[in-house]
Amino acid sequence: MVSAVIGSLERRAVVARLLRDRDGLLVVTGLGSPSYDVHAAGDHDGNFYLWGAMGAAALVGLGLAQAKPDRTVMVVTGDGEQLMGLGGLATIAIAAPVNLVIVVLDNGHDGETGMQRSHTGLGIDLAAIAGAAGFAEAVTVTDRAGLESVARAIRERASGPRLYVVKVKAESPPRSLPPRDGVHLKNRLRTHLGFAVA
Amino acid sequence: MRTIAIDDRAAASEVGPLDWPKELYRVLKQHEVRQMSYVPDAGHSRLIELFLADTDVVSNLLTTEEEGVAIAAGAWLGGQRSVLLMQSSGVGNCINMLSLATIGRFPLLMLVTMRGEWAEFNPWQVPMGLATEPALAAIGVRTLRADTPADLVETVRSAAALAYGADQQVAVIISQRLLGTKQW
Repeated sequence: MVSAVIGSLERRAVVARLLRDRDGLLVVTGLGSPSYDVHAAGDHDGNFYLWGAMGAAALVGLGLAQAKPDRTVMVVTGDGEQLMGLGGLATIAIAAPVNLVIVVLDNGHDGETGMQRSHTGLGIDLAAIAGAAGFAEAVTVTDRAGLESVARAIRERASGPRLYVVKVKAESPPRSLPPRDGVHLKNRLRTHLGFAVA
Repeated sequence: MRTIAIDDRAAASEVGPLDWPKELYRVLKQHEVRQMSYVPDAGHSRLIELFLADTDVVSNLLTTEEEGVAIAAGAWLGGQRSVLLMQSSGVGNCINMLSLATIGRFPLLMLVTMRGEWAEFNPWQVPMGLATEPALAAIGVRTLRADTPADLVETVRSAAALAYGADQQVAVIISQRLLGTKQW
């Protein structure tokens, strides 16, 4: 077993940096802390927050990215959520969307359920898995300089899907709760994109 | 009405059996389906081939069926209709993910080929075959069963209207009797 990298970045600051000057970015969040982090950075009609369906975030992002090839879709999720959808990385790799970016806020723990250590906390390297699957870019960042390079990269197109693991502290900032009505969140994003509500 | 019945039989033998995969493809195209996701399946093989040859539809090969439920939700957020093809065993993989479709009232059209119910040779297919429709009902997905090719085409037409028009989560159950017995 390889040793786990311990994160030192603050998750709220990481998300706030990535969403600064977001322009046309569409954002899908994985359940738990990533949804709170994105909400804390400022609610936006271009956000779709998951409150359940663990493992769905990256794949909701894939469907959205395929439907809106002119927009960049950023998925913000946690290590536990992405680990539950591990097969989805293979599905995304072969679908090869150039406008999909997955950001995994990796604290090495399942924070929502009591901070038990997760697979990444025990040494599993999500970026290496995505890289082996064929992502165009799959890197782990551990410091501010790395975060700045991710912030720049998501504003550019790539040759395929990208996954960034950002190592963050195992902490639980005060919850910032987004709306939980799935129909509202769905219709809000669709209206934002100019689609009619049934 | 005996003569009519004879005429029907004669007509059927002239045109051959209904090419239902091609008809389903036609119906789904009429409903402007733009994304299709699938797990390889013998019953759906021809429909999968038709979609894979269609450059106007994005097709996603899945590692497990629940991924398709999430992709369908994302597609709808981005304004596109989708269809998810799977075998009955895959329904069991989807249950928690279907909460996304039901609580968000996302249009969802699943076409499910049945195993474990008609002249099944493999006992391991039987438990999930028994559980397919009750499991879907339990999570809030409507099931519409079709036992003949002609009925299947009309059922998919109706299910597509329910899904995309009325924001419903619908699974069309394609009976194993319709698909024929797998040769071992």
